Parts: sequence; C-alpha cells; structure tokens
Amino acid sequence: MIDEPLLRVSALSKFYGSRVGCDNVTFDLWPGEVLAVVGESGSGKTTLLNCLSTRLLPSSGTASYRMRDGQFRELYRMSEAERRFLMRTDWGFVHQNPADGLRMTVSAGANVGERLMAVGDRHYGKIRATAVDWLSRVEIEEDRIDDEPRAFSGGMRQRLQIARNLVTGPRLVFMDEPTGGLDVSVQARLLDLLRGLVTDLGLAAIVVTHDLAVARLLSQRMMVMKDGRVVESGLTDRVLDDPRAPYTQLLVSSILQV
Amino acid sequence: MPTPLVVSDVAKSFTMHLRDGIKLPVVAGVSFSIKAGECTVLGGPSGAGKSSILKMLYGNYAVDEGQIIVTHEDGLIDLAHASPRTVLAVRRQTIGYVSQFLRTVPRVSALDVVAEPLVERGEEREAARVRARSLLAQLNLPEKLWMLPPATFSGGEQQRVNIARGFITEHPILLLDEPTASLDATNRDVVIELIAAKKAAGVALLGIFHDHEVREAVADRVIDVTAFAPGKLAA
Repeated sequence: MIDEPLLRVSALSKFYGSRVGCDNVTFDLWPGEVLAVVGESGSGKTTLLNCLSTRLLPSSGTASYRMRDGQFRELYRMSEAERRFLMRTDWGFVHQNPADGLRMTVSAGANVGERLMAVGDRHYGKIRATAVDWLSRVEIEEDRIDDEPRAFSGGMRQRLQIARNLVTGPRLVFMDEPTGGLDVSVQARLLDLLRGLVTDLGLAAIVVTHDLAVARLLSQRMMVMKDGRVVESGLTDRVLDDPRAPYTQLLVSSILQV
Repeated sequence: MPTPLVVSDVAKSFTMHLRDGIKLPVVAGVSFSIKAGECTVLGGPSGAGKSSILKMLYGNYAVDEGQIIVTHEDGLIDLAHASPRTVLAVRRQTIGYVSQFLRTVPRVSALDVVAEPLVERGEEREAARVRARSLLAQLNLPEKLWMLPPATFSGGEQQRVNIARGFITEHPILLLDEPTASLDATNRDVVIELIAAKKAAGVALLGIFHDHEVREAVADRVIDVTAFAPGKLAA
C-alpha cells in the first residue's frame, strides 16, 4: 500500500460575495477511505464537494491530487481540459438526482458505454459486454440495457448512475446525498451495494449526507460542518458515539430511534 | 509474558453542551496493563466506567488525558493521540472487539457479518466463510439462519453472531463487552471454551462479565474500576 494521501486539501474557502460557502477546510483523504461530510442544509457541505470536484473554483486555499503516475497536481492550476479528463476517467460524481448525472434520453447501456468511450474504448462488443457486466453488478437485469433511464424507477436510476460512474475504474468518487429521496427499502439496497463496491474496488469516496445513519454505514471518517466551518472531525464511530462539539451533540441527539 | 497494552493515567469526562455544558466525569487516573495469554476482567458496579474504558481502548470514545500504548506491527502507538487512520489500522490488525450489541447492516447475511473482519484482513471471501460457518456451528446458531441478515434475530442469536465476528480473527488483543449477557448455559460454556482457546493462543483479553460463573471460569485477574472513580484522584 502506498503511504501517501490521494487528496490533500488545505485551507479551502469559498465565499459568495460576503456570504460564506465553506471556510478554511483542511484534510487529507487516503486511498480506500470513505469520508462523510455531514451537516444541515446550508452548512456548506455541497459547496465543499463542488469545490473539491472542481465544479466550482474556491476563493482561496489549495487541493492537490495524486495522479496515477504518483505526482501531486494542484487541482485549481490545471487547465479546464485536464480537469475534465480527470472527471471523466479517474473520478466519479454521483448526484442526488440521477437525472443530473445521466443522459435520460439514451439507453442504459449507452449511459454506461459513453464513459468507456470517453477513455478511448472503441470496440462495440467489448463496450456492450462491460456495460452488461456493470448493469448486473448494480442489479439491473440485462434485458433493460436498451431502455432509457426515463423508464426506470428512482432506485434503478440511481444504481445506473453508480454504474456509469464506476465503469472507468475511478480512484475517487464524490457523492452528493446518494440515497436522498429514495424509499427506505430502496435506500438499504443501494447502501449495501455502495458498501460492497467501495470495499471490493478499494475506492476513496467523499460522501455528503445529512443522514447520520448513512454516514455510519458507509464511512470510516467524518467531518461535521456548520455555517461553512468544520466543527468536528474524526473516526465516524467516535464522532457519533462521543460527539464533542455542541452542534454534533445536537445532531446526534436529534436522531429518531426506530 | 509480553504486555501488548499499557494504560496510564487515562481520564474521561463528558461535557453535555445541550445541558448548559455540565461536565460529567467518568473515570480518572486509569492505569493498568494486560498480558498476553491472560484474561483480565474489569470489575465494579454498573456506571463505574467499565464500558467507557473499553470504548476508549477501541477508539470509540475520545480520551481527555493520559496514554494508551499498544504494540502494533512491531511498534508502539499511543491510541489516545492516534489519527483516525492509525486507529483503523490497529482495529484491523491488533485490537478486536465484541460489543454488547450487534450493529446490523441491511441485507448482509449473518455469515458475511461474521466473515467480514477476516476479509478486511485480506483473507479470501470463501475461506473466511468456511471459518465463519464453523464458528456459527460451534455457537449453535441454527444453520437456516446463516444466510439471513441478523436484524430480525433474537437477542441471543444476534449476540452469538457478534461473538463469532469478534473471535474469527487472530487479533493479539481482544476486548469483550459482556459477551455472554443474553446467552443460555450451553452457549455460555461455548464462549468460555472460545476464551480458553484464545488464551492458549497467546491473546491478551480484557473483558466485562456480569455473569459470576463466566467470570470465575475465565478471569486471571480482576481490576476494580471503582479505584478509578474521578473523586478518588485527589485522595
């Protein structure tokens, strides 16, 4: 195992005029590690995720990513084309709403195959076979491969989005409320699937969620955000079993018990 | 006998920010060590801080003061100040833990819940399942339950899954938080046998057992946790 982080984030801040998006966020993410970012809506967690995935440029601070050749590259100094390439190959982004991450009017198979073509695959038979394989890994029947995601249920769309993201073998996946808006039974299935894939593939992931149970299940480490700042961070079960910041104590004590 | 874990002058309190910041001291001046091949038992009434001590050793609770030195991969690590990544590595390789209650994951079968810690240590999934089957059989969990997620199991069945999960690996240190609380006599005896086997293999065990019979059977040494009551420190 390489003993270097995959992503180094230092003093990252994003201001919208005088409003704070996220303020002075610093952390390292290691290969194979899942980091949950939790907090209420407006806490800055999505702003942070968008800055990290370079969908948004921060006001100040740095983030460097260890490329496949082992060299660290400063994300915000890359060219737009280099960032897009990273996004298409080495990274994935799972949106809360699958419609934001899928092409709704092309077939499920094409949604998965498109990412493969983006990394240079041209052999139709191979692309289709890989697509079938990935659809089965996310538990979508092979006979749905030619259907458009418009005809899929919400849970299926989300699973398709995951397949589309993982097919290129990314090393880092960003997830924005991946189980938000799903029924609990569908959510359980998706969580189980994500957990398995993350472990089997050794993915690093940054998962934004307001659901502490989702964070507990998926992540090893956790950052709690409030008003754009990280108020507490640490091992996920330590933060949840022994919350120290007033805001974390409030969050944890507000969970409904079933 | 090697001493793989040394606790010195550990203190823990909770600050309840939602209750006007009142501070609840739990333990102070906790100092002891555990030895390989022995089962050390934390004794004392409920609320004395026994579980809190185990949770600090496993990294579930933060430590206010003091040191927890563990031998991990030929080096020494202070768990009280270790990074999350280090704590995870220690949990994977060095310290195992049988919690009081099983935390279930939807859709994962009992067999895989038990096999998981071995898989995390790099064992082949099928080999890990073979080992899991033999442990579940030893603990008399009916075979028809093995492929089901344990969420709907009875308390005793869940606890046996939890015990199997904790005992499946060869961690040099094993923490046990009342592993026999909801077991019948037959299965209690199985756990006593499992603990004896771990001792013979040179594992250092640290446990909480309210069951007098089990404690008599397994304990080499009892540490009275009331000695670590926060008020006593000044005396």
